[in-house]
Amino acid sequence: MPIHEKSLIRPENLRVHDKLVLDGIDVSGHWSTFVEPRVVTDYNERLQEEIAALPGGEHIHRCWQCGSCTNSCTVNAVNPDFNPRYWIYLIRMGMESELLRDKEIIWQCVSCNKCTYACPRDVFPEGVMKATAHWLELEGHTPQSKSSMFDAEFTEQVVATGKIEEGRIIRGFFKRSGQPLMQPWLIEMAKRLARHLPLKMGFLMGIAAVVRPRTRGWGRAKAALEDYIAGQERAQKSALGLGAPVAPAKGAVHAAPGAER
Amino acid sequence: MDTDDRKQRYRKVAYYPGCALEGTGHAYNRSTKAVGKALGLELDEVPNWNCCGAMEVKNVDPKVQTYLSSRVMSIAANEMHADVVMAPCNGCYHNLKKAEYDLAHDAASRETVGAIAAKAGHAPYEAGQVETIHALDWIMHGVGEDELRKRVSNSLRGLKIANYYGCMYTRPRHIFPEKDQGPGSDSTSKPHFMDDLLEAAGAVNVDFPLKTACCGGAHTLSDSDLSTKLVLNILRAAEAAGADVIATECPTCHSGLEMHQVRAEKVLGEKTTVKMLYFTQLLGIALGLSPRQVGVHENVSDGREALEARGIA
Repeated sequence: MPIHEKSLIRPENLRVHDKLVLDGIDVSGHWSTFVEPRVVTDYNERLQEEIAALPGGEHIHRCWQCGSCTNSCTVNAVNPDFNPRYWIYLIRMGMESELLRDKEIIWQCVSCNKCTYACPRDVFPEGVMKATAHWLELEGHTPQSKSSMFDAEFTEQVVATGKIEEGRIIRGFFKRSGQPLMQPWLIEMAKRLARHLPLKMGFLMGIAAVVRPRTRGWGRAKAALEDYIAGQERAQKSALGLGAPVAPAKGAVHAAPGAER
Repeated sequence: MDTDDRKQRYRKVAYYPGCALEGTGHAYNRSTKAVGKALGLELDEVPNWNCCGAMEVKNVDPKVQTYLSSRVMSIAANEMHADVVMAPCNGCYHNLKKAEYDLAHDAASRETVGAIAAKAGHAPYEAGQVETIHALDWIMHGVGEDELRKRVSNSLRGLKIANYYGCMYTRPRHIFPEKDQGPGSDSTSKPHFMDDLLEAAGAVNVDFPLKTACCGGAHTLSDSDLSTKLVLNILRAAEAAGADVIATECPTCHSGLEMHQVRAEKVLGEKTTVKMLYFTQLLGIALGLSPRQVGVHENVSDGREALEARGIA
């Protein structure tokens, strides 16, 4: 079978022969492109269950691979390797090692929800992307992405005071991710803003940077949220067989691929 | 729904500005209040409101976001006894709608949110207690195009506008049951409320294909290169359509477009000249307010030239 859609196949799996004669028939050139056969043995049979145990991944089993998500995807349009349909396929098949080849880009989902809009099966692919990115970090396959650092900084501030202050978020995020705050384009932004900004506005922004805005009477909500979040973290780790004392070890099915990690 | 009854209910609404409108979106806050006042619509700010969770908290835990949004609606319903909550920020509007949907349809969400509310010491929000609307619904149904047209004292005189709605105003469709209901409702695939209002104010809407494209707001700082690419697409498309101004209805989109316009110029050497103004700034000016009264000087992108060129300001 000649391979017409080479772009869909990893280049290292394509085999091309300039001159090939099989059973006396010349099949050189276009007819001599083949996909390298391979045997997959390292299935993680629990992969779909693990993703489904994390928030957003619950409905992954509904997928029937129509590809509407990838077709509508904002990120796919700028990076064709960003392919939600394919990742959902790999997760449902348990092909963990294949999924891990794209581990560096899965977190890039921008949550525009075009996929959610297009999906005829209510898989909520946006949620599946978030659950998968979360899984990669929980399992230690990737370090915390900048996106997760931003989410953590933001959530900590909301839980602490009920509100956020943008300047504090930006400073906290740059510090957390080890980036310099004085980036040329941010300085240019501040300059353009300062050009027309009335003094009073500048003064109020200065105040906000020193005195954190707070929701009055937030204390009990803060305690309740902290409790809930800690409980969820324990439950998620336990669902993945990570770090929880009572949870069974990853299980016999999972032992072989687990050993490679 | 009886339109006169709705008009009456939207005359005075509980106002949920959200965190961004106290920071980078200050001009949106100021212009929303100014336009409301000029049109005889009343805003009553939700006391002790909290952050809705924006785009970030759901990635840590979606039910925490549902609780945060539900707390705002609980105060509006149980303390203010309001029927309608108006949120001008797409993020806040989206999250309140999402919480409303989840609490109406998902028992697990109800249970978790109820438990957190009990520990936090306030009444849980029950689905259906309030109606959440966007500033666009508020002006469209509280005033309407015809009445707005009569009140315009400083027409936008053919100012060419690309209307940018972003992601959160229309997607995902299921959390907006009032949309896609035929005449009088907004569309999730081709939203038009902002187009309709600005046209009534004298502007010319250009044919803009990226109305509901994504600006990458969720990763505006954590994946700046991607956001810059997405924003540059939007700016270039608006310019190609002949727009002087991009009208916005979300503080995250607005500051994202402004920031990445500067970043595209500084980092990629790609300069674009189209200006960004909140739709409330444009409506305010059409209603006879000065650019200063609607905070045009607070924007990074300097829209005054575009207005002056048409003799509007």
